[in-house]
Parts: sequence; C-alpha cells; structure tokens
Amino acid sequence: MQRHSTALFLAVGILVLAAISVFVGVISLRPETVFHDRDALGLVLDSRLPRTFATLIAGAALAVCGMIMQMLVRNRFVEPMTAGTGQGAALGILVVTLFLPGASIFVKMSLATATALVSSLGFLLIVRRLPPSQPLLVPLVAILYGGIIGAGVTFVAYQADMLQFIDTWLNGDFSGVMRGRYELLWIAAVVAALTYLIADQFAIVGLGREASVNLGLNYDQVMILGLLAVSVVSALTVITVGAIPFVGLIVPNIISRRCGDNLRATLPLTALCGAMLVLSSDIVGRIVRYPFEIPVGTILGVLGAGVFLWLLYSGPKHAR
Amino acid sequence: MRARSTLICAMLLALSCVLFMTLGAKGNWDFVLWFRGRKLAALLIVGAAVSTATVLFQTISRNHILTPSIMGFDALYTLIVALVVFSIGAAGFNHLPSEFVFFAHISLLIGAALILFGTLIGQHRTDLMRMVLTGIIFGVLFRSLSSFIYRMIDPSEFATIQVNSYARFNYIDLNLLWISAGLTFVTLSLSWQMRRQLDVLGLGFEMATNLGEPVARRQKQALILVAILVAVSTALVGPVAFLGLLVVSIARLISPNETHAVLIPLSALIAGIVLVAGQTILERVLGLSTPLAVVIDFVGGFVFLTLLLRKGWI
Repeated sequence: MQRHSTALFLAVGILVLAAISVFVGVISLRPETVFHDRDALGLVLDSRLPRTFATLIAGAALAVCGMIMQMLVRNRFVEPMTAGTGQGAALGILVVTLFLPGASIFVKMSLATATALVSSLGFLLIVRRLPPSQPLLVPLVAILYGGIIGAGVTFVAYQADMLQFIDTWLNGDFSGVMRGRYELLWIAAVVAALTYLIADQFAIVGLGREASVNLGLNYDQVMILGLLAVSVVSALTVITVGAIPFVGLIVPNIISRRCGDNLRATLPLTALCGAMLVLSSDIVGRIVRYPFEIPVGTILGVLGAGVFLWLLYSGPKHAR
Repeated sequence: MRARSTLICAMLLALSCVLFMTLGAKGNWDFVLWFRGRKLAALLIVGAAVSTATVLFQTISRNHILTPSIMGFDALYTLIVALVVFSIGAAGFNHLPSEFVFFAHISLLIGAALILFGTLIGQHRTDLMRMVLTGIIFGVLFRSLSSFIYRMIDPSEFATIQVNSYARFNYIDLNLLWISAGLTFVTLSLSWQMRRQLDVLGLGFEMATNLGEPVARRQKQALILVAILVAVSTALVGPVAFLGLLVVSIARLISPNETHAVLIPLSALIAGIVLVAGQTILERVLGLSTPLAVVIDFVGGFVFLTLLLRKGWI
C-alpha cells in the first residue's frame, strides 16, 4: 500500500515539476499566453518541452540502469557512469569523430554502444576476480577503472585538440537540448522500459550465479541482456546530453532501502524517482545563477557525494 | 644486488638529467641551463617528495596499493584556489605574495590531511576501505564544488584558476622552489631518521608493539611528514595523481627486500627517472603536447589494477 502512495506522490511531483520546468527559462513565458501567442507556442514546442522530456527520460533510464547494474555486479555502490560504461561510450564517440567524421548518427550510436559494452564487460570480468568478502573494494576498482579509460580519452583528445568536445560528453548538461536534437533519447526510454519485462530475472541474478542456476535461470543470457541495456542507455545519454553522474547510484539505493529488492514492483518507482531527481536538479541549475546555467552534472555531483557518504556511514543495513 | 640496482638507477637518473638539459638545446647556453635547470630541480623535488610520501603512507596503513593522492588531495587544492579567487577576486589573488599563498596552501592541506587520514589510524581493514572511498568521494565533492564556483565567476578570473590548477612543470616560481627545496629536505631527512622504526612497523602492529614501538605515535608522526610532502609537491607543481603508486610499485618489483633504507632512496631515484626521462621523451623525442601527468595517470592506473588482481587484497 505504501508503495502505491509513494508512486502517486512521485507522479504528482513530477507533473508539478514538469510544469515549472516548462515555464522557467531566459525568455519569460506565461501560461495564459501559450495558447494564443505563436512565438510562445513555438518556444514551448522547440525548446522547453524537449528539454523537460530529455531530463525525465535521462533520469528514469539512468536510474533503472543503475539498479540493473547493481544487480549484475551484486554491489550497492556501483553505477554505470563511474564504472567505465560512460567513459567507454565517450571513447567510442571520440574514435568515430576522429576517424569517420562524416559518419551518420546511427554509426556513432552503435559504435559508442559497442565500446560501452566492451568496457562494462571488462569491468565485470575484473569484479568477478575480487574477493566477495570485501564489498567496498568493488566501487574502488570501479572508480579507478573508469578513471583509466577517462585518462585514455583525455590523452587522445589532447593530441587531437578535442578537449572541449570531450568536455561536453563527460559533463552532462541539458542546455543544448532542442527539438530535433534529443530524439535518440526516446530509444533509451524504450530500452529502459523493455527491461521491465524481465525485471524479475534481474532480481534473481542479484542472488548470485548458483542461486540463479538452481532456480532454472539462463544466467549468462540475462547477464548479457542486462549489460546490453545498460550500455545502450549509457551510450545514448552520453551522445545526446553527456554523462550524468550519481543518478544510477543514489536512486536505486534509496528505493531498495525503502521498498526492498523485488524489481518487478520497485523498477517503476526507481524510474519515477530518477526522473524527479534529474528534473529538479536541472531546474535548480537553471534558477541559481539566472540567466546563466549550472550543468545538472555539477548539481548532482554535490548532492550525490553527500548522499553517498551518508550511505557509506549510515550502518550496514542494506548497503552491504 | 641491492647496491647494484640502486647504482643502476642513479646512473640512469643522471643520464636522463643530462639528456633533459642538452637534447634539442639551441642558442644561448646560459639561458638554456637556467631555464631547464629550474624545471629539472622542480621535477626532482616533486619526485622525491611524492615517492617518499607514498612509501610512508603505505607503511603506516599496512597496505601496498594505497597512495595519499587518490584520496582527494588534488581536488582540495583546486577547490582552495577557486574559493580564494571567488571570495577576493583574481586581482586580489594575484596581488597576494606568492609565498603567502604557498604557505596558506600548505597549512590548509596539512590540516585537511590530518583530519582525513587521522581517522584511519588504529582501525581495521573494512574501515580502511571505507576511508579510501570517503577520500575519493570527497574528491568528487570538491571537484563538483570547484566547477560550481567556476560557473559563478567571470571568465577572466577563471583564467587565473585554470593556470593554477593543473600540474605545471613549465613555469616555476624561483622563490617557491627554494622554499619547497628546504621544506622537502628537512622532511626527507626526518623520514630517513625514522627508517628503522618504519621497518619495525612493517612487521605488523602487534609485533611492533611487542618490540616496544609506540605504534600510534609513530603513525601520527609519519602522517604529518606525509601531509607536508604531499602539500609541498601539490603546491609547487599541482596534482600528479598516480606517480607515487607507480614508482613505489616499480621499486618493490626491482628490490623485493623491504627495508626502508633501500626502499626510500630507490623509489625517489625511480620517481626522478620517470619524471625527467618521461618529460624528455614526451617533449623532445615524440614532440607530444599531452601533459606528462595524463600519461602517468594512465600507466599508474593500470599498474594499480594489475597489482590488485594479481595479489588480491592484502
């Protein structure tokens, strides 16, 4: 019952925030003018609505991916954007931009997905060799692994004088979102929604390999499907708006603390909560230094670091 | 065997120094020697400081894959610069005497290090991991706060921050060089005097206590030395993240014998070689523009992962 009321609360909150998001921006806009002023309508359709959708989709999809990744790795302190997946995607985009400058967006997308997939596979292989008695070792390795790939990206970019481009992929920011430039994100939304079909299987994978096989699950297949979903969503997010840290970390942790690990029931909540978090951070980023903007990644970095520390020190209830 | 590897390293270091000073030098020798000599001195000081700090830190934390600088030190440094520029403006910042800025940095960094690492003392292993994670997350927090401040200030003032927040070996203030040389020398000789006590600590804390060594006090002393060394090198050239880990791991590979009397000088020599030869190769031979720090981060990160996977968690 509590779950339903939480979902209702989140949904209402998102609707209110989305309405605010449509009317916050440099050009002032009043609700009553939208319907008879063509300029105002154009503004809403071209910029404000796409931006709102992009924040909602990115937030929801990344939170869902974070939850899946945590199930696959069996560790609560991991998320795709710091564990090499996001950096892998940036590496892919960089390589395409360098060697195939005229490539279509789909070539870019598939290559970025491929590199993201490879680097998350690498991470999984490393994690498998770590002793299970040291849960805090996994996030440490994740951060360093992401850092190594990130340093590789920086090196290539420095040589090719593309440091500035890299910056736009590594630091998420919604200020460039317009109609016609963010539609790829809808694919991420579809992928994230599709994971719901096998949500219960991800929950079983989270019990470990032996338990899953005993329960008759095709462990490797679910593992690969999960990695694929995580990589696609990460790559698309990095291409369209840039890496957004911490959503995939904080939201799944809070949800699983409050509502448990039955993914079929909690995955929708995770999506709603992620969407709400990113949308509100984006609105805050737009208001704090009006008329300039602070990227959502920065706001989330400050918020997320605080929440992470709280998770780390607030006792081993579910966090381990 | 030990003497020989130290000797070989010393010769290699001398060779790289000579190459660094002479390779591709054109024109007025006075200028070349003066200009490059200053850089060389900074590289050597930083190498010795960072490697010794890492050796001490690994000994007092009983762990061979830790280094003080993955724990958010560099980020704190950048945040301090950003905060100062934000509160008093770029003009004010540039008017401050550089010695004052230097000492303010050092004392702030030492304070932060003692608070951050101080909690590490006397705790067991899980807590050590938690400690490291805390450090890294603080690093993320500091970095986000700095970039938050970057957004709040003028672009022209941002230029001041940018100049001050990357590892820079190309321009080094002469006064600061003297001050850091002095500080490093004092700290290094203090560490050298502690070498036998450190060997005892390396046997394990229970064993050290049995042998009559005041473990907690020794750890605190070493921690203060580490803080000073890291602060000096960060304040002099900016952050170099994985250098310490890289060189100390190489030193341990070359000479698995672990008395500090060998380890400290050997890692300092290797650090010198990595920095000086690396800079020479990168600048003169390959003609690359990428900063050395990026390459060291990349290679050092790999070394870290291989160590972790090969030996498991110690």
